[in-house]
Amino acid sequence: MKAVVSVIGKDRTGIIAAVSGKLNELDINIEDISQTIMQEYFVMIMLTDTAKSKISLDELEDALRDAVGALGVTVHVQHEDLFNAMQRV
Amino acid sequence: MFTQNEILETIDMLDNRHLDVRTVTLSLSLIDCIDSDAKKCNQKVYDKITRVAKRLVPVCDELAARYGIKIVNKRIAVTPVSVVGAASGDFIGLAKTLDRAGKALGVDFIGGYGALVQKSATDREQAFLKTIPEALSSTDIVCGSVNVASSRAGMNLDAIKTLGEGIKELAYLTRDDNSFGCGKLVVFCNAVDDNPFMAGAFTGFAEGECAVNVGVSGPGVVEYEINKHPDYDITSICELIKRTAFKITRLGQLIGTEAAKALNLAPGIVDLSLAPTPAVGDSVARILESIGLSKVGSCGTTAALALLNDAVKKGGVMASARVGGLSGAFIPVSEDAGMIEAARHGDINIEKLEAMTAVCSVGLDMIAVPGDTSAAVISAMIADECAIGMINNKTTAVRVIPVYGKTVGDEVDFGGLFGTAPIMRVSLGDPSAFIARGGIIPPPIHSFKN
Repeated sequence: MKAVVSVIGKDRTGIIAAVSGKLNELDINIEDISQTIMQEYFVMIMLTDTAKSKISLDELEDALRDAVGALGVTVHVQHEDLFNAMQRV
Repeated sequence: MFTQNEILETIDMLDNRHLDVRTVTLSLSLIDCIDSDAKKCNQKVYDKITRVAKRLVPVCDELAARYGIKIVNKRIAVTPVSVVGAASGDFIGLAKTLDRAGKALGVDFIGGYGALVQKSATDREQAFLKTIPEALSSTDIVCGSVNVASSRAGMNLDAIKTLGEGIKELAYLTRDDNSFGCGKLVVFCNAVDDNPFMAGAFTGFAEGECAVNVGVSGPGVVEYEINKHPDYDITSICELIKRTAFKITRLGQLIGTEAAKALNLAPGIVDLSLAPTPAVGDSVARILESIGLSKVGSCGTTAALALLNDAVKKGGVMASARVGGLSGAFIPVSEDAGMIEAARHGDINIEKLEAMTAVCSVGLDMIAVPGDTSAAVISAMIADECAIGMINNKTTAVRVIPVYGKTVGDEVDFGGLFGTAPIMRVSLGDPSAFIARGGIIPPPIHSFKN
């Protein structure tokens, strides 16, 4: 299953490290990553493959929120199908 | 990979604009449960519902977690009870059985305490209509609907008279609860067989054994998109609504397909109605205001609603393999923050709402009127709505609540999604002689299409 992880918040050091470290711990592979600063906000989007992990997406979202809790950014985890359905004809 | 804008837009819709799946409604035929022995009939109904819909709530919860989407209500819609109970005559018993089965499964509502009497009622159907006040006041999650008119069959004024009296009785029986029993009863013209929305959901006779129907919602998303473009002309606004409705409906299609797969049942329809809630940012009235009206109810409201309703259909039809149900814009007064405010300040009245129902789905919905409104006046309101639906080949409905002991200037709180209703003024003329005539209004000339 593919999941899209998005992180939005004020830019600071350690955000990518915190997210990718937790993904590694959970055996989730990062297939694509993009990161930019939009209107002072840090925006990072990762396409991940959760096939090897036993964790469900809502548990993954909770785990990542814990991991970045102190950094003041928000994390969303969503199934790839959601974007396929809503953004592709 | 998706673009950042696409991902951020989707997250924004779900997190900040109240985009959600309003309901996953399991449509279930109970025809095979008919039995002249009331006890057996009730047992068959209970067993079938709890067997087929056993996994409805857990599956919806799983999907909500997997996609990060709120599924607000889980519901069941069954074959009209007037038919299921026709052989035994135990309609009240069936209402209680539906209530018990729905509660055992943890669903929010179970609909189908209804009858289709648009042309005429059988003896048993007439008896059934009289049981509605007791059935809906002695159960918690059972909803009822009665189809009293159609473009093909005409309008059954006898049934409308009975229901006007029934609504008054139901208001009295549930007087300790702001007469909320009436919020669980809809009177229809041209009712649809696959509607997933309550209180009007039932499983029509053209439907199969069972199917998973979905109702999406997202007025907040549409309002937000329109507000971003004050420079657009009205044609561009229509295009914008179409594109937004497409995305909203695709979400419903995804959930419907996945829910049907998980339940191993047939996928049904997606109803792409824009259904408001009393929450801020979830209002159809606010969409109309964002198009350019200072207040919903002002001149221009009907035109704005017409374009909204049509654009939603055009965008939604492309997005789903099977669009059905009511599919348009709902304008319930108590369930829409913008409508509540307009009603409170007298900016909108029942006459304007009636005009609006000519161009949208569905009708005079969740409107609180004075408790001393007569049964004949309520029947006449129903007849007016039915006339709009019958002549214009569309679904219309009345869900009106004559709140016992309350009058214009008062306000009642129904709680949760049902919201707050300022009591609205009703025209004071007396239509009782018209209603007392009884009989059937013949179908319009354009019903003879063969």
